[in-house]
Amino acid sequence: MGCGRTRLPDAGAVRRSDPYGDDLQLLLYVLYELHYRGFAGVDERLEWDPALLGVRAAAEDVFLDALRRDCGSGGKDVAEAVDALQLEPVGDDGHSVSHHLQREGELWQLREYAAVRSLYHLKEADPHLWVVPRLRGRAKAAMVAVEFDEFGAGRAENVHAQLFADLMTDLGLDARYGRYLDAAPAQALAVVNMMSLFGLHRRLRGALVGHFATVEITSPPGSRRLARALRRAGAGPAARRFYDEHVEADAVHEQVVRHEVIGGLLEDEPELAVDVVLGIEVTGHLEDLLGDHLLAAWREDRSALRTPLAQP
Amino acid sequence: MAARNEAPRRVVVNREGPILVEGPVEVVGDDGTTTRSDRFVVAICTCRRSRTYPWCDTSHRRRKPAGPSESRPDGRQPQEGEEDPRS
Ligand code: FES
Repeated sequence: MGCGRTRLPDAGAVRRSDPYGDDLQLLLYVLYELHYRGFAGVDERLEWDPALLGVRAAAEDVFLDALRRDCGSGGKDVAEAVDALQLEPVGDDGHSVSHHLQREGELWQLREYAAVRSLYHLKEADPHLWVVPRLRGRAKAAMVAVEFDEFGAGRAENVHAQLFADLMTDLGLDARYGRYLDAAPAQALAVVNMMSLFGLHRRLRGALVGHFATVEITSPPGSRRLARALRRAGAGPAARRFYDEHVEADAVHEQVVRHEVIGGLLEDEPELAVDVVLGIEVTGHLEDLLGDHLLAAWREDRSALRTPLAQP
Repeated sequence: MAARNEAPRRVVVNREGPILVEGPVEVVGDDGTTTRSDRFVVAICTCRRSRTYPWCDTSHRRRKPAGPSESRPDGRQPQEGEEDPRS
């Protein structure tokens, strides 16, 4: 890619690819990564290369069309969609990775889970920052306040991505950025690609806010279960701290995002309600696909990764 | 104490959830212990179900009734905020 000799996939081939498959998700992931930290040895100007942006646009259309088709209800009732997120299922509904890990998660599964999640958590809160210039007033002030917390409130050692790197080290994983990209299944790439897609396109700002609210609202109970799973599996203190922090922080963020970020955005731009709902629905859909993939593999006692992890 | 020229500290009260207080906050418990949080907003539990009391951990949320296969052997639904023992 760096030297211009590689042939790019043509738009027809992109359009024919499986929207959730390895090829399309890896293509999007690599192109989006140019906007985050890039790749060693790759020309930084490729971030705005017109040919690459053209391929990316074709791939985004395939992905977004599939998401709208598979989970977009077209609903506009944001309050109802948010209320549904706040209803905790009693016990395990059979699709919840955190319930599984809390109840019977083995250490190797927790390591796989952390490796898969590292794609996002090592850039935690980064994709959401892109929405800030597209907001104003209450929504903007509240979004920045929550992001400030995510970025450690001014302290490098408390940046959530750093807490996650500490967790990985505690679990004997390699905490270097991007280390597990090759091992992660397409379903895990799709979750991060959704955030980049919503974050990079101003027209999808409502979906980004809906997605962000979903993450913050569903995080505390899930994090509590994961903290327990790690305690039970005998993981070290840094591993537990990450999820303990997320129980407490996200209980606050949930309130702020719901009332101030969503409330403020819809006060300014009520017509974005349908996109906020879309962001909530897409997040749930992609998380379910990832959860089903992980649980199906683990129930058969096999690795959910494309290449299993080395023993610690 | 806030200085006279500062804006008053904002406290947001919520019927079903925590009280939100602008941080940093120090909470003194009835046993005299103090707990501190430096967060920009702190969510103080009012339902008394939090496992990280005095901070809210979202245990105040209503629970979705489980499907038939999920009912407990004793036929009892877990109380709000109570973790299902199997989960
Ligand atoms: S108010 Fe949220 S846990 Fe008590």
